[in-house]
Amino acid sequence: MWEQIRSNQIRSVVLVIGMGVLLLTVGFFIGLSFFDSGTVGLVIALVLWAVLNLIGYFQGDSILLTLSRAKKISRDDHPRLFNVVEEMKIASGLEKMPDIYIIDDPALNAFATGRDPSRASVAITSGLLDRLNRDELQGVIAHEISHIKNRDVLLMALTAILLGSIVMLAWYGTRMLFFSSIGGRRSSSGGGQAQIIILVVGLVFIILAPIFAQFIYFAISRKREYLADASSALYTRYPEGLASALEKLGASTGQLKTANKATAPMYIINPFRKKGMAASNLSATHPPLKERVRILRSMAGGASFSQYDQAYRQVHKTQTGMISATTIAAVGAASLRGAKAEEPTQVKEPSHVERTRETADMLYRLNKYKTITCACGTKLKVPPRFKDNTIRCPHCGRVHRVK
Amino acid sequence: MIPLLVILGIVAVLVFIFIGIYNGLVRRRNQVKNAWAQIDVQLKRRYDLIPNLMETVKGYMTHERETLDSVTKARNLAQQVPGGDVGARSKAETELSSALSRLLVVVENYPDLKANQNFLALQEELASTENKISFSRQFYNDTVLRLNNQIQMFPSNVVAAITGFTAGDFFELTATAEREAPKVSF
Repeated sequence: MWEQIRSNQIRSVVLVIGMGVLLLTVGFFIGLSFFDSGTVGLVIALVLWAVLNLIGYFQGDSILLTLSRAKKISRDDHPRLFNVVEEMKIASGLEKMPDIYIIDDPALNAFATGRDPSRASVAITSGLLDRLNRDELQGVIAHEISHIKNRDVLLMALTAILLGSIVMLAWYGTRMLFFSSIGGRRSSSGGGQAQIIILVVGLVFIILAPIFAQFIYFAISRKREYLADASSALYTRYPEGLASALEKLGASTGQLKTANKATAPMYIINPFRKKGMAASNLSATHPPLKERVRILRSMAGGASFSQYDQAYRQVHKTQTGMISATTIAAVGAASLRGAKAEEPTQVKEPSHVERTRETADMLYRLNKYKTITCACGTKLKVPPRFKDNTIRCPHCGRVHRVK
Repeated sequence: MIPLLVILGIVAVLVFIFIGIYNGLVRRRNQVKNAWAQIDVQLKRRYDLIPNLMETVKGYMTHERETLDSVTKARNLAQQVPGGDVGARSKAETELSSALSRLLVVVENYPDLKANQNFLALQEELASTENKISFSRQFYNDTVLRLNNQIQMFPSNVVAAITGFTAGDFFELTATAEREAPKVSF
């Protein structure tokens, strides 16, 4: 795996350096316009970036999980999900079991976070748990785990921070430029035309920088998605699982409430799209879903990286693949397997209704609802802020004591 | 003087390459050991689950003495195989897997048992343990493949031969015909 991570890293490092240069240039122009010294601007940009990086490195995952209102679950809350994650942890050879979080949202999405493989988390929405069967869930989890395994998570977090610094600097820079020009030129600036040109170029640059930065950010993210799909097929040996999961994800129209522009590339599909629009239509941060599905479905005869690369070339009709030759050789051959659900030792797949009930029960438990089973068979879910001592069953009228 | 320095330089470079390859081989071998330990954990977990399963199933399946006995027997046999013998271990574990799958197929005839919450939870655990065994086996075999490739390919094969590395054994569960899904007749 190391070979692949390395070749992947080189491409990403080039893009990250590009973003760093953008940040420094923005800082330089801001310094030039306000302090008549580019160096001061550089220092400001670097300090801002360093501070944000420190926060991101040590607190990034918990900030992201808090922002998306994810709740940590234990094995007893949802044994099946826990087992699926553990299976993929084993298949990928990850050393430590990642923490599992649930986002209470009917939209279908998932993301992974954590600064290194030994301190990682996987978050999935409750909608995903309702809609996907075991094989599909396995494909999605394998995709997320491979983000952890390939160290995409840290890279994405750090580039998100770089993007954040550029956006912040540019935002304040344009506001300050705007107000200072209304208040009249400062006394020190009598430099004539040359200075005005620098100011204009700087202003244009400061306005354009966040857009450039975003393009780079999305380019990094797209590459990572393909590799994570390929790894998912390799770990599960069953590309159809992820393919049919992505299809379901693409057909869903729900919008994730807690996602925002900066966190969008962290999810398995782009959560940031217009209400009612299918996920497959708009995907700047991610490759088009239809294409991802088609590649996975054209993997014939094996689940290795070389088969994924062949399928990729076939779908794109190009000679250049997306995985480097050394990576393909390092991983080696891998055969496909059939759907798990058809094997005799497997548990019967719960239906959509059963899965929904299971997820709902888990969410009630996580939100500290009390469950009272009435003699008539009705299950009463009592919210934690319920103050009365007794509650009447709405079905048969029996009165129950709370507590 | 100069030729001597050149020769010394070449030797030094070769020594460094040798050390690098050797360390790579050691790392691979440790990965194989670690991957094997992962399989072991899952196999032990399966041994632990079986008595619970038997306890739950016994009350319902009064006519399946033979199937139940074969599972218990296969488990005890598998447990006795010494840990290092990959070949014998895979054979015994295959036996246990097929005995278990026969049992789980028979379960279909007992609707009461299938409604038992305790059994359902156990069945999920067992099915997932089967998956974990197959995934850890998959990871182990991938790791062994990479070690073996390195041992057989030039130039690392030279280092491997000098330092006495031996190729790893694959852990196969497909060896016997019992891999086929058992048929149920009504």
